[in-house]
Amino acid sequence: MSTFLSNLISGVSLGSVYAIIALGYTMVYGIAKMLNFAHGDVIMIGAYMCFVMMFNLNTPAFVGVLIAMAVCTLLGITIERLAYKPLRQATSLSVLITAIGMSYFLQNLAQLIWGANPKSFKSVIPSGGLSLMGGSLKISYVTIVTIIASVLIMVVLTLFVNHTKMGKAMRCVSEDRGAAELMGVNVDLTITVTFAIGSALAAIAAVLMCSAYPTLKPTTGSMPGIKAFTAAVFGGIGSIPGAMLGGILLGVIEILGKAYVSSELGDAFVFAVLILVLLVKPTGLLGKKIHEKV
Amino acid sequence: MAEPMLKVDGIDVYYGAIHAIKGISFEVHENEVVTLIGANGAGKSTTLNTIGGLMKPRTGKIEFLGQNISAMPASKVVPLGIALCPEGRRIFQQMTVRENLEMGGYTRPASEIQDTMDEMFGRFPRLKEREKQIAGTLSGGEQQMLAIARALMSHPKLLMLDEPSMGLAPILVDQIFDIIKELHKAGTTILLVEQNARKALQVADRAYVLETGKITLSGTGEELANSDEVRKAYLGG
Repeated sequence: MSTFLSNLISGVSLGSVYAIIALGYTMVYGIAKMLNFAHGDVIMIGAYMCFVMMFNLNTPAFVGVLIAMAVCTLLGITIERLAYKPLRQATSLSVLITAIGMSYFLQNLAQLIWGANPKSFKSVIPSGGLSLMGGSLKISYVTIVTIIASVLIMVVLTLFVNHTKMGKAMRCVSEDRGAAELMGVNVDLTITVTFAIGSALAAIAAVLMCSAYPTLKPTTGSMPGIKAFTAAVFGGIGSIPGAMLGGILLGVIEILGKAYVSSELGDAFVFAVLILVLLVKPTGLLGKKIHEKV
Repeated sequence: MAEPMLKVDGIDVYYGAIHAIKGISFEVHENEVVTLIGANGAGKSTTLNTIGGLMKPRTGKIEFLGQNISAMPASKVVPLGIALCPEGRRIFQQMTVRENLEMGGYTRPASEIQDTMDEMFGRFPRLKEREKQIAGTLSGGEQQMLAIARALMSHPKLLMLDEPSMGLAPILVDQIFDIIKELHKAGTTILLVEQNARKALQVADRAYVLETGKITLSGTGEELANSDEVRKAYLGG
Protein backbone atom coordinates (compact mmCIF):
# COMPACT_ATOMS: atom_id res chain seq x y z
CA MET A 1 0.00 0.00 0.00
CA SER A 2 2.70 2.48 0.95
CA THR A 3 4.67 1.54 -2.19
CA PHE A 4 1.64 2.27 -4.27
CA LEU A 5 1.07 5.59 -2.51
CA SER A 6 4.69 6.47 -2.92
CA ASN A 7 4.51 5.71 -6.65
CA LEU A 8 1.32 7.67 -6.97
CA ILE A 9 2.87 10.70 -5.32
CA SER A 10 5.96 10.48 -7.56
CA GLY A 11 3.60 10.28 -10.50
CA VAL A 12 1.70 13.36 -9.41
CA SER A 13 4.99 15.17 -8.91
CA LEU A 14 6.40 14.22 -12.30
CA GLY A 15 3.00 15.00 -13.77
CA SER A 16 3.09 18.44 -12.16
CA VAL A 17 6.27 19.20 -14.06
CA TYR A 18 4.64 18.01 -17.29
CA ALA A 19 1.64 20.14 -16.44
CA ILE A 20 3.70 23.31 -16.01
CA ILE A 21 5.40 22.69 -19.36
CA ALA A 22 2.09 21.76 -20.98
CA LEU A 23 0.64 25.10 -19.88
CA GLY A 24 3.21 26.79 -22.11
CA TYR A 25 2.29 24.59 -25.06
CA THR A 26 -1.42 24.97 -24.59
CA MET A 27 -1.42 28.74 -24.08
CA VAL A 28 0.73 29.36 -27.12
CA TYR A 29 -1.40 26.99 -29.17
CA GLY A 30 -4.61 28.56 -27.94
CA ILE A 31 -3.54 32.09 -28.69
CA ALA A 32 -1.03 31.94 -31.54
CA LYS A 33 -2.54 28.74 -33.05
CA MET A 34 0.87 27.17 -33.40
CA LEU A 35 2.75 24.26 -31.83
CA ASN A 36 5.92 25.66 -30.38
CA PHE A 37 8.13 22.59 -30.54
CA ALA A 38 11.07 24.65 -29.30
CA HIS A 39 9.31 24.94 -25.94
CA GLY A 40 11.11 21.89 -24.54
CA ASP A 41 14.45 23.44 -25.43
CA VAL A 42 13.58 26.65 -23.64
CA ILE A 43 13.31 24.42 -20.56
CA MET A 44 16.80 23.10 -21.21
CA ILE A 45 18.19 26.65 -21.54
CA GLY A 46 16.44 27.55 -18.28
CA ALA A 47 18.06 24.61 -16.52
CA TYR A 48 21.50 25.57 -17.83
CA MET A 49 21.01 29.17 -16.74
CA CYS A 50 20.10 28.10 -13.23
CA PHE A 51 23.08 25.73 -13.26
CA VAL A 52 25.49 28.48 -14.36
CA MET A 53 24.20 30.88 -11.73
CA MET A 54 24.31 28.42 -8.88
CA PHE A 55 27.40 26.37 -9.62
CA ASN A 56 29.62 28.66 -11.67
CA LEU A 57 28.71 31.96 -10.05
CA ASN A 58 27.70 30.54 -6.67
CA THR A 59 24.55 32.58 -6.32
CA PRO A 60 21.82 31.39 -3.95
CA ALA A 61 19.23 29.05 -5.47
CA PHE A 62 16.47 31.62 -5.64
CA VAL A 63 18.68 34.00 -7.65
CA GLY A 64 19.41 31.15 -10.03
CA VAL A 65 15.72 30.48 -10.46
CA LEU A 66 14.88 34.15 -11.02
CA ILE A 67 17.68 34.60 -13.57
CA ALA A 68 16.58 31.43 -15.35
CA MET A 69 13.02 32.80 -15.50
CA ALA A 70 14.21 36.17 -16.78
CA VAL A 71 16.44 34.62 -19.46
CA CYS A 72 13.74 32.20 -20.59
CA THR A 73 11.18 35.00 -20.77
CA LEU A 74 13.50 37.05 -22.97
CA LEU A 75 14.35 33.98 -25.01
CA GLY A 76 10.68 33.18 -25.54
CA ILE A 77 9.95 36.75 -26.65
CA THR A 78 12.98 36.78 -28.95
CA ILE A 79 12.07 33.46 -30.56
CA GLU A 80 8.55 34.67 -31.16
CA ARG A 81 9.61 38.01 -32.62
CA LEU A 82 12.42 36.69 -34.82
CA ALA A 83 11.20 33.29 -35.92
CA TYR A 84 7.42 33.14 -35.62
CA LYS A 85 6.08 36.66 -36.05
CA PRO A 86 7.25 36.99 -39.67
CA LEU A 87 5.23 33.83 -40.37
CA ARG A 88 1.96 35.06 -38.94
CA GLN A 89 0.23 34.84 -42.34
CA ALA A 90 2.09 31.69 -43.45
CA THR A 91 0.66 28.16 -43.49
CA SER A 92 0.78 26.24 -40.24
CA LEU A 93 3.21 23.75 -41.79
CA SER A 94 5.85 26.47 -42.34
CA VAL A 95 5.46 27.57 -38.74
CA LEU A 96 5.74 23.99 -37.49
CA ILE A 97 8.92 23.39 -39.45
CA THR A 98 10.35 26.67 -38.17
CA ALA A 99 9.58 25.59 -34.60
CA ILE A 100 11.36 22.28 -35.12
CA GLY A 101 14.31 24.14 -36.63
CA MET A 102 14.37 26.46 -33.64
CA SER A 103 14.40 23.42 -31.36
CA TYR A 104 17.50 21.99 -33.07
CA PHE A 105 19.11 25.41 -33.11
CA LEU A 106 18.75 25.78 -29.35
CA GLN A 107 20.03 22.26 -28.69
CA ASN A 108 23.11 22.85 -30.81
CA LEU A 109 23.66 26.27 -29.33
CA ALA A 110 23.64 24.72 -25.85
CA GLN A 111 26.04 22.02 -27.00
CA LEU A 112 28.36 24.70 -28.38
CA ILE A 113 28.29 26.67 -25.14
CA TRP A 114 28.20 23.95 -22.50
CA GLY A 115 29.43 20.89 -24.37
CA ALA A 116 27.71 17.56 -24.91
CA ASN A 117 28.80 16.00 -21.63
CA PRO A 118 26.01 15.78 -19.09
CA LYS A 119 26.30 18.08 -16.10
CA SER A 120 25.03 16.99 -12.77
CA PHE A 121 22.50 19.44 -11.46
CA LYS A 122 22.19 19.82 -7.73
CA SER A 123 18.72 20.25 -6.37
CA VAL A 124 17.71 23.81 -5.53
CA ILE A 125 15.53 22.35 -2.82
CA PRO A 126 17.03 20.85 0.36
CA SER A 127 17.28 17.08 0.18
CA GLY A 128 15.42 14.89 2.59
CA GLY A 129 11.70 14.82 3.08
CA LEU A 130 8.74 13.93 5.18
CA SER A 131 8.33 10.51 6.73
CA LEU A 132 4.75 9.37 6.96
CA MET A 133 2.95 6.19 8.04
CA GLY A 134 5.64 5.25 10.55
CA GLY A 135 8.48 5.74 8.10
CA SER A 136 7.11 3.45 5.39
CA LEU A 137 6.13 6.38 3.16
CA LYS A 138 8.74 8.98 2.37
CA ILE A 139 7.95 12.10 0.40
CA SER A 140 10.90 14.23 -0.62
CA TYR A 141 10.82 18.01 -0.33
CA VAL A 142 11.36 18.27 -4.08
CA THR A 143 8.14 16.35 -4.61
CA ILE A 144 6.23 18.52 -2.20
CA VAL A 145 7.58 21.77 -3.63
CA THR A 146 6.85 20.61 -7.18
CA ILE A 147 3.24 19.78 -6.41
CA ILE A 148 2.68 23.00 -4.47
CA ALA A 149 4.34 25.06 -7.20
CA SER A 150 2.17 23.58 -9.91
CA VAL A 151 -1.02 24.13 -7.92
CA LEU A 152 0.00 27.73 -7.25
CA ILE A 153 0.83 28.34 -10.90
CA MET A 154 -2.50 26.88 -11.92
CA VAL A 155 -4.44 29.08 -9.53
CA VAL A 156 -2.57 32.26 -10.43
CA LEU A 157 -2.83 31.56 -14.15
CA THR A 158 -6.54 30.88 -13.95
CA LEU A 159 -7.12 34.10 -12.03
CA PHE A 160 -4.96 35.98 -14.53
CA VAL A 161 -6.77 34.63 -17.57
CA ASN A 162 -10.26 35.11 -16.14
CA HIS A 163 -9.96 38.38 -14.32
CA THR A 164 -7.29 40.61 -15.79
CA LYS A 165 -7.64 42.74 -18.87
CA MET A 166 -4.68 41.06 -20.57
CA GLY A 167 -6.04 37.64 -19.62
CA LYS A 168 -9.41 38.41 -21.16
CA ALA A 169 -7.71 39.76 -24.27
CA MET A 170 -5.86 36.44 -24.50
CA ARG A 171 -9.10 34.48 -24.36
CA CYS A 172 -10.54 36.70 -27.08
CA VAL A 173 -7.53 36.32 -29.35
CA SER A 174 -7.70 32.59 -28.73
CA GLU A 175 -11.34 32.47 -29.79
CA ASP A 176 -11.37 34.92 -32.70
CA ARG A 177 -8.28 36.91 -33.54
CA GLY A 178 -10.02 39.24 -35.98
CA ALA A 179 -12.87 40.03 -33.60
CA ALA A 180 -10.36 40.66 -30.82
CA GLU A 181 -8.57 43.15 -33.06
CA LEU A 182 -11.87 44.93 -33.65
CA MET A 183 -12.20 45.40 -29.89
CA GLY A 184 -8.91 47.28 -30.02
CA VAL A 185 -6.78 44.41 -28.68
CA ASN A 186 -3.15 44.58 -29.78
CA VAL A 187 -2.84 40.99 -30.98
CA ASP A 188 0.93 41.05 -31.44
CA LEU A 189 1.44 42.23 -27.89
CA THR A 190 -0.94 39.58 -26.59
CA ILE A 191 0.98 36.84 -28.39
CA THR A 192 4.27 38.18 -27.04
CA VAL A 193 2.95 38.17 -23.48
CA THR A 194 1.76 34.60 -23.98
CA PHE A 195 5.21 33.50 -25.07
CA ALA A 196 6.74 35.36 -22.13
CA ILE A 197 4.48 33.62 -19.62
CA GLY A 198 4.94 30.19 -21.20
CA SER A 199 8.72 30.59 -21.20
CA ALA A 200 8.88 31.82 -17.61
CA LEU A 201 6.87 28.75 -16.62
CA ALA A 202 9.30 26.62 -18.62
CA ALA A 203 12.14 27.94 -16.44
CA ILE A 204 10.27 26.95 -13.28
CA ALA A 205 9.60 23.53 -14.75
CA ALA A 206 13.28 23.25 -15.67
CA VAL A 207 14.48 23.88 -12.15
CA LEU A 208 11.93 21.53 -10.59
CA MET A 209 12.64 18.80 -13.10
CA CYS A 210 16.41 19.00 -12.77
CA SER A 211 16.08 19.03 -8.99
CA ALA A 212 14.28 15.69 -9.19
CA TYR A 213 16.21 14.23 -12.15
CA PRO A 214 19.63 15.85 -11.92
CA THR A 215 21.20 15.13 -15.32
CA LEU A 216 21.55 18.15 -17.54
CA LYS A 217 22.51 17.92 -21.22
CA PRO A 218 21.53 19.76 -24.41
CA THR A 219 18.75 17.28 -25.15
CA THR A 220 17.36 17.37 -21.61
CA GLY A 221 14.33 19.35 -22.71
CA SER A 222 13.21 17.32 -25.70
CA MET A 223 11.64 14.28 -24.01
CA PRO A 224 9.77 16.24 -21.32
CA GLY A 225 8.79 18.70 -24.05
CA ILE A 226 7.23 15.98 -26.18
CA LYS A 227 5.54 14.42 -23.17
CA ALA A 228 4.14 17.76 -22.08
CA PHE A 229 2.84 18.26 -25.60
CA THR A 230 1.17 14.85 -25.28
CA ALA A 231 -0.25 15.99 -21.95
CA ALA A 232 -1.62 19.14 -23.53
CA VAL A 233 -3.32 17.14 -26.29
CA PHE A 234 -4.53 14.59 -23.74
CA GLY A 235 -6.17 17.31 -21.67
CA GLY A 236 -7.47 19.17 -24.71
CA ILE A 237 -5.04 21.53 -26.38
CA GLY A 238 -5.88 25.17 -25.80
CA SER A 239 -7.44 24.44 -22.40
CA ILE A 240 -5.54 25.53 -19.29
CA PRO A 241 -7.22 23.15 -16.82
CA GLY A 242 -6.86 20.49 -19.53
CA ALA A 243 -3.08 20.92 -19.59
CA MET A 244 -2.98 20.59 -15.83
CA LEU A 245 -5.15 17.49 -15.73
CA GLY A 246 -3.44 15.94 -18.75
CA GLY A 247 0.00 16.56 -17.26
CA ILE A 248 -0.76 15.03 -13.90
CA LEU A 249 -2.57 12.01 -15.35
CA LEU A 250 0.28 11.42 -17.75
CA GLY A 251 2.87 11.55 -14.97
CA VAL A 252 0.86 9.08 -12.92
CA ILE A 253 0.41 6.76 -15.90
CA GLU A 254 4.12 6.89 -16.65
CA ILE A 255 5.27 6.16 -13.09
CA LEU A 256 2.67 3.46 -12.40
CA GLY A 257 3.38 1.89 -15.79
CA LYS A 258 7.07 1.82 -15.00
CA ALA A 259 6.48 0.43 -11.50
CA TYR A 260 3.90 -2.24 -12.23
CA VAL A 261 4.15 -3.20 -15.88
CA SER A 262 7.57 -2.62 -17.30
CA SER A 263 10.19 -0.10 -16.36
CA GLU A 264 11.36 0.08 -19.96
CA LEU A 265 7.96 0.75 -21.39
CA GLY A 266 7.12 3.80 -19.25
CA ASP A 267 7.59 6.21 -22.14
CA ALA A 268 5.65 3.94 -24.46
CA PHE A 269 2.62 4.19 -22.16
CA VAL A 270 2.71 7.94 -22.46
CA PHE A 271 2.56 7.85 -26.22
CA ALA A 272 0.03 5.01 -26.24
CA VAL A 273 -2.17 7.38 -24.28
CA LEU A 274 -1.72 10.02 -26.97
CA ILE A 275 -2.74 7.60 -29.70
CA LEU A 276 -5.75 6.39 -27.71
CA VAL A 277 -6.94 9.90 -26.99
CA LEU A 278 -6.60 10.92 -30.61
CA LEU A 279 -8.64 7.87 -31.63
CA VAL A 280 -11.38 8.12 -29.03
CA LYS A 281 -11.67 11.80 -28.17
CA PRO A 282 -9.62 13.93 -30.52
CA THR A 283 -10.53 17.12 -28.66
CA GLY A 284 -8.91 15.78 -25.47
CA LEU A 285 -10.42 15.34 -22.01
CA LEU A 286 -11.47 18.96 -21.47
CA GLY A 287 -11.31 20.18 -25.05
CA LYS A 288 -14.49 21.73 -26.30
CA LYS A 289 -16.00 21.87 -29.68
CA ILE A 290 -18.41 24.73 -29.80
CA HIS A 291 -21.09 24.49 -32.41
CA GLU A 292 -21.95 27.77 -33.93
CA LYS A 293 -25.52 28.82 -33.59
CA VAL A 294 -27.17 30.54 -36.48
CA MET B 1 -21.18 71.64 -45.80
CA ALA B 2 -18.93 70.74 -42.89
CA GLU B 3 -15.94 68.47 -43.34
CA PRO B 4 -17.06 64.84 -43.53
CA MET B 5 -16.47 62.66 -40.49
CA LEU B 6 -15.12 59.88 -42.64
CA LYS B 7 -13.55 60.46 -46.02
CA VAL B 8 -12.51 57.50 -48.13
CA ASP B 9 -10.43 58.76 -51.01
CA GLY B 10 -9.61 56.48 -53.93
CA ILE B 11 -8.58 53.37 -52.02
CA ASP B 12 -7.42 50.16 -53.64
CA VAL B 13 -7.43 47.00 -51.56
CA TYR B 14 -6.01 43.62 -52.54
CA TYR B 15 -6.37 40.11 -51.17
CA GLY B 16 -3.02 38.79 -52.35
CA ALA B 17 -3.31 39.14 -56.11
CA ILE B 18 -7.05 39.78 -56.12
CA HIS B 19 -7.95 43.41 -56.63
CA ALA B 20 -11.00 43.58 -54.34
CA ILE B 21 -11.56 47.34 -54.09
CA LYS B 22 -10.84 49.47 -57.13
CA GLY B 23 -10.32 53.09 -56.27
CA ILE B 24 -13.51 53.82 -54.37
CA SER B 25 -14.26 57.16 -52.73
CA PHE B 26 -17.12 58.09 -50.45
CA GLU B 27 -17.94 60.16 -47.42
CA VAL B 28 -19.90 59.87 -44.23
CA HIS B 29 -21.01 63.03 -42.45
CA GLU B 30 -21.79 63.38 -38.80
CA ASN B 31 -25.22 62.04 -37.75
CA GLU B 32 -25.77 60.39 -41.10
CA VAL B 33 -26.77 56.85 -41.83
CA VAL B 34 -24.94 55.85 -44.99
CA THR B 35 -25.38 52.47 -46.56
CA LEU B 36 -23.30 50.49 -49.01
CA ILE B 37 -25.36 48.06 -50.98
CA GLY B 38 -24.25 45.52 -53.51
CA ALA B 39 -24.16 41.83 -54.37
CA ASN B 40 -22.03 39.18 -52.73
CA GLY B 41 -18.36 39.77 -53.41
CA ALA B 42 -18.83 43.40 -54.42
CA GLY B 43 -16.36 44.44 -51.75
CA LYS B 44 -18.69 45.81 -49.08
CA SER B 45 -17.19 43.93 -46.14
CA THR B 46 -13.67 44.54 -47.43
CA THR B 47 -14.39 48.26 -47.41
CA LEU B 48 -15.52 48.17 -43.79
CA ASN B 49 -12.62 45.93 -42.75
CA THR B 50 -10.20 48.37 -44.36
CA ILE B 51 -11.69 51.36 -42.56
CA GLY B 52 -11.68 49.36 -39.33
CA GLY B 53 -7.95 48.66 -39.65
CA LEU B 54 -8.07 44.91 -40.33
CA MET B 55 -6.75 45.44 -43.85
CA LYS B 56 -4.63 48.15 -45.40
CA PRO B 57 -5.34 49.97 -48.65
CA ARG B 58 -2.50 49.72 -51.14
CA THR B 59 -3.23 53.19 -52.50
CA GLY B 60 -5.57 55.98 -51.52
CA LYS B 61 -6.35 57.53 -48.22
CA ILE B 62 -8.84 57.15 -45.39
CA GLU B 63 -9.40 60.17 -43.18
CA PHE B 64 -11.40 60.15 -39.97
CA LEU B 65 -12.07 63.50 -38.31
CA GLY B 66 -9.24 64.97 -40.33
CA GLN B 67 -6.74 62.31 -39.31
CA ASN B 68 -5.17 59.91 -41.81
CA ILE B 69 -5.99 56.40 -40.58
CA SER B 70 -5.06 54.46 -43.76
CA ALA B 71 -2.13 52.59 -42.23
CA MET B 72 -3.44 52.26 -38.69
CA PRO B 73 -4.12 48.85 -37.15
CA ALA B 74 -7.50 48.24 -35.54
CA SER B 75 -6.03 48.67 -32.07
CA LYS B 76 -5.32 52.33 -32.95
CA VAL B 77 -8.50 52.96 -34.93
CA VAL B 78 -10.91 51.83 -32.21
CA PRO B 79 -9.80 54.43 -29.62
CA LEU B 80 -10.31 57.18 -32.22
CA GLY B 81 -14.01 56.33 -32.22
CA ILE B 82 -14.66 53.78 -34.95
CA ALA B 83 -16.35 50.50 -34.09
CA LEU B 84 -17.05 47.70 -36.54
CA CYS B 85 -19.74 45.16 -35.78
CA PRO B 86 -18.48 42.42 -38.10
CA GLU B 87 -20.30 40.18 -40.54
CA GLY B 88 -21.47 36.96 -38.92
CA ARG B 89 -21.56 38.72 -35.52
CA ARG B 90 -18.37 37.09 -34.26
CA ILE B 91 -19.23 37.47 -30.61
CA PHE B 92 -16.96 35.60 -28.21
CA GLN B 93 -19.01 32.43 -27.92
CA GLN B 94 -17.16 30.99 -24.94
CA MET B 95 -17.35 34.13 -22.85
CA THR B 96 -20.30 35.45 -20.91
CA VAL B 97 -22.51 38.25 -22.20
CA ARG B 98 -20.96 40.53 -19.63
CA GLU B 99 -17.41 39.65 -20.67
CA ASN B 100 -18.29 40.28 -24.31
CA LEU B 101 -19.49 43.76 -23.39
CA GLU B 102 -16.38 44.37 -21.30
CA MET B 103 -14.26 43.48 -24.31
CA GLY B 104 -16.24 45.99 -26.36
CA GLY B 105 -15.02 48.64 -23.95
CA TYR B 106 -11.47 47.31 -24.04
CA THR B 107 -9.89 50.62 -25.07
CA ARG B 108 -11.79 52.69 -22.53
CA PRO B 109 -10.90 53.38 -18.88
CA ALA B 110 -12.22 50.65 -16.57
CA SER B 111 -14.11 53.23 -14.51
CA GLU B 112 -16.42 54.10 -17.42
CA ILE B 113 -17.28 50.54 -18.40
CA GLN B 114 -20.06 49.93 -15.90
CA ASP B 115 -21.99 53.08 -16.86
CA THR B 116 -21.88 52.23 -20.54
CA MET B 117 -22.86 48.68 -19.75
CA ASP B 118 -25.90 49.87 -17.80
CA GLU B 119 -26.77 52.03 -20.78
CA MET B 120 -26.60 48.96 -23.03
CA PHE B 121 -28.69 46.91 -20.59
CA GLY B 122 -31.26 49.72 -20.69
CA ARG B 123 -31.36 49.59 -24.46
CA PHE B 124 -31.21 45.80 -24.70
CA PRO B 125 -33.02 44.39 -21.62
CA ARG B 126 -32.65 40.84 -22.97
CA LEU B 127 -28.90 41.13 -22.53
CA LYS B 128 -29.35 42.14 -18.90
CA GLU B 129 -31.42 38.99 -18.31
CA ARG B 130 -28.63 36.93 -19.83
CA GLU B 131 -25.70 38.84 -18.36
CA LYS B 132 -23.99 35.78 -16.84
CA GLN B 133 -24.86 33.41 -19.66
CA ILE B 134 -22.26 32.06 -22.09
CA ALA B 135 -22.77 34.03 -25.28
CA GLY B 136 -22.70 30.94 -27.50
CA THR B 137 -25.98 29.78 -25.96
CA LEU B 138 -27.90 32.91 -27.02
CA SER B 139 -30.32 32.81 -29.94
CA GLY B 140 -29.26 34.32 -33.26
CA GLY B 141 -31.18 37.53 -32.69
CA GLU B 142 -29.80 37.94 -29.18
CA GLN B 143 -26.30 37.34 -30.49
CA GLN B 144 -26.76 40.10 -33.05
CA MET B 145 -27.96 42.46 -30.32
CA LEU B 146 -24.94 41.52 -28.25
CA ALA B 147 -22.67 42.18 -31.22
CA ILE B 148 -24.18 45.64 -31.71
CA ALA B 149 -24.07 46.41 -27.99
CA ARG B 150 -20.47 45.22 -27.86
CA ALA B 151 -19.55 47.60 -30.68
CA LEU B 152 -21.37 50.45 -28.92
CA MET B 153 -19.43 49.79 -25.71
CA SER B 154 -16.45 51.66 -27.17
CA HIS B 155 -18.68 54.75 -27.47
CA PRO B 156 -17.94 55.07 -31.15
CA LYS B 157 -18.42 58.27 -33.09
CA LEU B 158 -18.87 56.08 -36.17
CA LEU B 159 -20.57 52.71 -35.92
CA MET B 160 -20.05 50.37 -38.86
CA LEU B 161 -22.51 47.51 -39.15
CA ASP B 162 -21.72 44.65 -41.52
CA GLU B 163 -24.81 42.68 -42.53
CA PRO B 164 -26.60 42.99 -39.18
CA SER B 165 -29.74 41.30 -40.51
CA MET B 166 -27.96 38.27 -41.98
CA GLY B 167 -29.53 34.94 -41.11
CA LEU B 168 -32.28 36.39 -38.95
CA ALA B 169 -36.02 35.72 -39.12
CA PRO B 170 -38.05 38.59 -40.65
CA ILE B 171 -39.39 39.76 -37.30
CA LEU B 172 -35.86 39.99 -35.94
CA VAL B 173 -34.70 41.82 -39.06
CA ASP B 174 -37.37 44.43 -38.30
CA GLN B 175 -36.10 44.67 -34.74
CA ILE B 176 -32.53 45.20 -35.88
CA PHE B 177 -33.61 47.99 -38.24
CA ASP B 178 -35.65 49.55 -35.43
CA ILE B 179 -32.47 49.58 -33.36
CA ILE B 180 -30.59 51.27 -36.21
CA LYS B 181 -33.30 53.94 -36.42
CA GLU B 182 -33.14 54.50 -32.67
CA LEU B 183 -29.36 54.79 -32.70
CA HIS B 184 -29.64 57.26 -35.55
CA LYS B 185 -32.15 59.33 -33.60
CA ALA B 186 -29.81 59.30 -30.63
CA GLY B 187 -27.17 60.89 -32.84
CA THR B 188 -24.94 57.94 -33.76
CA THR B 189 -23.32 58.12 -37.17
CA ILE B 190 -23.73 54.80 -38.94
CA LEU B 191 -22.13 53.18 -41.95
CA LEU B 192 -24.28 50.21 -42.85
CA VAL B 193 -23.54 47.35 -45.21
CA GLU B 194 -26.56 45.28 -46.12
CA GLN B 195 -27.80 42.68 -48.54
CA ASN B 196 -31.32 43.64 -47.61
CA ALA B 197 -31.18 46.69 -49.86
CA ARG B 198 -34.84 47.61 -49.46
CA LYS B 199 -34.58 47.93 -45.69
CA ALA B 200 -31.17 49.57 -45.83
CA LEU B 201 -32.35 52.26 -48.25
CA GLN B 202 -35.35 52.98 -46.01
CA VAL B 203 -33.15 53.91 -43.05
CA ALA B 204 -30.32 55.52 -45.00
CA ASP B 205 -29.79 59.23 -45.53
CA ARG B 206 -27.45 58.44 -48.38
CA ALA B 207 -26.38 55.30 -50.16
CA TYR B 208 -23.69 53.99 -52.47
CA VAL B 209 -23.98 51.01 -54.79
CA LEU B 210 -20.87 48.87 -54.95
CA GLU B 211 -20.31 46.54 -57.91
CA THR B 212 -17.20 44.37 -58.25
CA GLY B 213 -15.06 46.75 -56.24
CA LYS B 214 -16.33 50.01 -57.74
CA ILE B 215 -18.97 52.52 -56.76
CA THR B 216 -21.45 52.66 -59.62
CA LEU B 217 -24.22 54.79 -58.15
CA SER B 218 -24.79 57.11 -55.26
CA GLY B 219 -27.55 59.31 -53.95
CA THR B 220 -29.99 59.70 -51.13
CA GLY B 221 -31.65 56.55 -49.86
CA GLU B 222 -34.88 57.58 -51.51
CA GLU B 223 -33.28 58.38 -54.87
CA LEU B 224 -31.64 55.02 -55.05
CA ALA B 225 -34.73 53.18 -53.87
CA ASN B 226 -36.56 54.75 -56.81
CA SER B 227 -33.82 54.33 -59.41
CA ASP B 228 -34.57 51.76 -62.10
CA GLU B 229 -31.14 50.20 -61.99
CA VAL B 230 -31.26 49.63 -58.25
CA ARG B 231 -34.79 48.33 -58.42
CA LYS B 232 -33.90 45.81 -61.09
CA ALA B 233 -30.68 44.63 -59.53
CA TYR B 234 -31.35 44.76 -55.80
CA LEU B 235 -35.02 45.23 -55.06
CA GLY B 236 -36.45 42.50 -57.27
CA GLY B 237 -37.99 44.73 -59.99
